[in-house]
Amino acid sequence: MTASFARRTVLRCIAGALVLAFAAPAGLTADERFIIVQSTTSTQNSGLFDHILPEFEKKTGIEVRVVAVGTGQALKNAMNGDGDVVLVHSKPDEEKFVADGWGTRRHDVMYNDFVIVGPSSDPAHIAGLKNADKAFKKIADAQAPFASRGDDSGTHKAELRLWEDAGIDAKKASGDWYLETGSGMGATLNTAVGKHAYTMSDRATWLSFGNKDDFEVHVEGDPKLFNQYGVILVNPKKHANVKAKGGQTFVDWLISTEGQAAIASYKIDGQQPFFPNARPGS
Amino acid sequence: MADFIDAFETALGLIVTLSPDLVEILLLSLKVSLSAVAIASVLGFAIGGALAVYRFPGRGAVAAVLSAMMGLPPVVAGLFVYLLLSNVGPLGVLQLLYTPTAMIVAQVVLVTPIIGALTRQACQDLLEEYDEQLRSLGASSDAIVITLLWDGRYRLITAVLAGFGRAVAEVGAVMIVGGNIDHVTRTMTTAIALETSKGNIALALALGIVLLAIAFAVNAALIWVQRLARRFAYA
Amino acid sequence: MLDPTVPIDRSRARLTGSTPLPVELRKLSFVASGKHVIDAIDLIIATHGITAIMGPNGAGKSILLRLMHGLIAPTAGEILWAGRPMDRTVTCRQAMVFQRPVLLRRSASANIWHALGLRGVDRGERAIRVDEALKLAGLEGQASTPARVLSGGEQQRLCLARALSLDPDVLFLDEPTSSLDPASTLAIERLLLDAQRQGIKVIIVTHDVGQAQRLAQDVIFLHHGRVIEHQDAVIFFKHPESESARAFMSGGLVL
Repeated sequence: MTASFARRTVLRCIAGALVLAFAAPAGLTADERFIIVQSTTSTQNSGLFDHILPEFEKKTGIEVRVVAVGTGQALKNAMNGDGDVVLVHSKPDEEKFVADGWGTRRHDVMYNDFVIVGPSSDPAHIAGLKNADKAFKKIADAQAPFASRGDDSGTHKAELRLWEDAGIDAKKASGDWYLETGSGMGATLNTAVGKHAYTMSDRATWLSFGNKDDFEVHVEGDPKLFNQYGVILVNPKKHANVKAKGGQTFVDWLISTEGQAAIASYKIDGQQPFFPNARPGS
Repeated sequence: MADFIDAFETALGLIVTLSPDLVEILLLSLKVSLSAVAIASVLGFAIGGALAVYRFPGRGAVAAVLSAMMGLPPVVAGLFVYLLLSNVGPLGVLQLLYTPTAMIVAQVVLVTPIIGALTRQACQDLLEEYDEQLRSLGASSDAIVITLLWDGRYRLITAVLAGFGRAVAEVGAVMIVGGNIDHVTRTMTTAIALETSKGNIALALALGIVLLAIAFAVNAALIWVQRLARRFAYA
Repeated sequence: MLDPTVPIDRSRARLTGSTPLPVELRKLSFVASGKHVIDAIDLIIATHGITAIMGPNGAGKSILLRLMHGLIAPTAGEILWAGRPMDRTVTCRQAMVFQRPVLLRRSASANIWHALGLRGVDRGERAIRVDEALKLAGLEGQASTPARVLSGGEQQRLCLARALSLDPDVLFLDEPTSSLDPASTLAIERLLLDAQRQGIKVIIVTHDVGQAQRLAQDVIFLHHGRVIEHQDAVIFFKHPESESARAFMSGGLVL
């Protein structure tokens, strides 16, 4: 009547699995051999990390593991202690993160800009406009399809600020001409291209995007499209597992002359997608 | 259309040159899924066999839940394991998030119900035939479970292959708990998702073709096993 | 073919004098779906010869057999073996052969090996008994043949040999030859007669009047779950007392 056999076997298996679990993961003993950086899809998809990380790893022997999600999710993960460093691009949220005690200190790292891209047919006639929120207004008036990140990312928050400046409540048209994909930059670009919709992208992702079809950059250069990246060490006082030493080494390297030079040297099709702007001595 | 042709060419190129990136991703996919299936098999055989043979209150409900879990969406399994392994989760102290081990755990959650439910069905069918004879021979419930599992081995192999097919093809679970970290937790499926999001459609398709080849191979193995079984009247 | 004159070396149990007889059924009942399949049977079997249980379809013969072997529990009443109630010590000295051969998906010898393992026979002894059993069944050359690939007659011979290899005191058989050809039937019957000579109590349910005449020392005639007659075989077949038995023997439908 008792399921003794099954119970014993199941218990043995759970024990075995736990043994595997403890034995398997690297880094439990050599504690600082790797760090986890919570970052954004724009830095990942553009290939920036593939370019600069090998240099850092060669210099320090520390492996950098990048988890690429939206800014909102990256900060949330860091608040849970599931990362050692965050590298995102939403300054107000980053400053709040530090103010709330989740991060030790915020540093500027690099900047680039956002661009508004769309089909070459340009149904809302925004090409060449110097004013981003004016372009947004024209898109809304024309009810031309627009693909939004819709995912709480740095890009998404910048986009929302522009709608606000243009005096438009885009969310009201969600599902209509305003398409919230809730995805990363690349997936959103795919959707935009597929639906002949406008979208706002960071220049780096756009440059390296492989499925442009007939899309072009229509609006750029507006100071409002300025996109600043910041790096923060997750506060080890909040989570004991944070690799403070390795994480700080990475932060320091990023804002050092070496790290900044590595960022500057990255080119896509001959164009520089990220511009280092860490303040010296900070 | 051009993308498809491009994809086939790219796929061929990757395979023929044994591109180290491809090999690394492929090996990780196999390591994760094979490990998960191995663990899930032991668990699934035990649970399925026990459910078929032992009588206890609530047995029907457990069997129903097991069958229902066969349809567990991978992304839900991933989310569940993520919440367990996150630093602020109950198993956070293990620091397993974003490792291949976490991916194995998530796939075990996904695959065990499949193997368990199929094992239970196989054992139940066999039990209809063997019950009286085994009890006449004086077999205990434990001994009956072992007898049924060995006797149903060809059907169990089928169940294991089905579980493997599910594991190697899913992306939701491994993406959430693994983080798709380059050289660490990037598998075939998460690589396909990434290349798609970068707009590298041809490369994504190429990876997809390689993955399809594995799926076909698994299916071919399945058919071969079933043929073997029939030949020896074991099916 | 098989050689029933091959002596089976096992008389140990019978030498020690432990016999399961007489088997006594007291007010034995089995109810299923509201129906009395076995209806308050009082019965004593004390003969050492082969006992045949006969009766029309639905009389409860198979159920009675399974009650006596402990495969199903009675709704009321009890069964005593040499005065002892049914428990594991009793049933582990019994074996049963079913109407259709039940063999595992493995070789002929592996099937017997498996059964002996269940009974806790140690490995050395197991090897000896497996060989004996295969010889008994006339299947020495087919030790590694998948059991389910054998013919119907061969499978049933294997099942019987498996049962005998367990060294039982009592052997139950539920219409073991009903779907077999005459040659296989003859082989099985020879094995049963030899088993009885070795001291095994054989209780067989059979539909075949000729078979019962060839094998049985006494006959139990069942109808509607009750024992209509329990009689010495010679007397029963010459002059069946009850009307239903007479009708059955003359080949009519017994309602």
